[in-house]
Amino acid sequence: MTDGFFAMGGYAAYVWPAFGVTAVVLAALLLTSRRRLKASEALLRDLESARPRRREVNP
Amino acid sequence: MKRKHRRFLALLGSMTLLGLAAALILGAFEDNLLFFYTPTQLAEKGPPGARFRLGGLVEEGSVAKDANGLTVRFRVTDLTNVVPVVYTGVLPDLFREGQGVVVEGEIDGAGLFAAAAVLAKHDENYMPKDVAEALKASGEWRGEEAE
Amino acid sequence: MSWWHRLASPTRFMSYSAWVLPIAGWLAAGCIGVGLALGLFASPADYQQGETVRIMYVHVPAAWMALFCYSAMAASSAGYLIWKQPLAELATRATAPVGACFTAIALVSGSLWGQPMWGTWWVWDARLTSALVLFFLYLGYMALAEAFDDPTRGGKAASILALVGFVNVPIVKFSVDWWNTLHQPASVVKLDGPAIDPAMLVPLLLMAAGFTFYAVAVVILRLRAMVLERKIQALQRQLAEAR
Repeated sequence: MTDGFFAMGGYAAYVWPAFGVTAVVLAALLLTSRRRLKASEALLRDLESARPRRREVNP
Repeated sequence: MKRKHRRFLALLGSMTLLGLAAALILGAFEDNLLFFYTPTQLAEKGPPGARFRLGGLVEEGSVAKDANGLTVRFRVTDLTNVVPVVYTGVLPDLFREGQGVVVEGEIDGAGLFAAAAVLAKHDENYMPKDVAEALKASGEWRGEEAE
Repeated sequence: MSWWHRLASPTRFMSYSAWVLPIAGWLAAGCIGVGLALGLFASPADYQQGETVRIMYVHVPAAWMALFCYSAMAASSAGYLIWKQPLAELATRATAPVGACFTAIALVSGSLWGQPMWGTWWVWDARLTSALVLFFLYLGYMALAEAFDDPTRGGKAASILALVGFVNVPIVKFSVDWWNTLHQPASVVKLDGPAIDPAMLVPLLLMAAGFTFYAVAVVILRLRAMVLERKIQALQRQLAEAR
């Protein structure tokens, strides 16, 4: 049964790469987009915590 | 408000002109955009060049293999005109009688098309095997093979 | 200081997108999960194409998304050019890589489907060629949007390109009806109803819904990042001036 399923009627070499490429591309896009958001969130937090101190130094 | 209005009209106008230009260009290149000639187009206009593509259905009962087992002879039909084809090589999995096919090659003076490549073309119908058989059994079949 | 006033709607975007994002994400995961289970296990093989028909469950939704994302980009570009809405320009930029990825998936999976069924990886027929042009339009848009030092100028030029390229969308869609192509005509969107068995149509539509929710989620992620990046740039400018 599983043998037949993974063989895809002899077309495994075409069916599985099609699904694989889709999964890899969509996962990569999701992860890079998420990382970009997390990075900008962290940078903004740093900048906003830096601002009040600066005001105290030069009023 | 007025400037937004003007920008909107300018955009609408330029998109319309662009669409019109694209339609004219595509219309002018009509023949080059055809991927293949049908047997009827071939009969009416003649071959578009020495080497070209011919598309249609593989006529039912026309497929015959030569004794060497590699050379295949069949006829391509659009149900109006028919062109005999000879081809030596590996056929795509979907190649079968009654199915769509596109062959690329040259036609000789006797009207025999010597194909250098054979591509299978499938239709837009998707169904499981048992449904296809049930449709054929009940006479509801509208696919190519009924013709 | 004035930038945040001008970007009045980005504040609103940041609040509503915060709760749309998880909903879209979970709906995408759910639809794709069920769609894959049905498509890979429960749906039948095709009477002609056998098991290769399963490639349809990624190829067709990806191709739809390729056209949908470009149409959305054309609409937001028009919104930017007419109403000067800065968030619309950012939305175009956020959508472009998503559409490019879906176009790439459609091209690659189509090639993997064409080789066993048609007998070729690629042909220059009107459908395949116009789909490749669509991919290049996405790449061209992204390159142009990033090419200018001044983001407003880059945004304007790229928005015009996005609008000009929109003429290609109906060409991709209707190429199979207007010309002889190796690619077959549409199966789902046609006048006399889908030419596709319900057992195959259900997973196909589930995957399409899943891809749509995925696109919404990723565009929100990227758009949120871009709004924050503009805010960071403004803050950094402020800090530099205060020094």
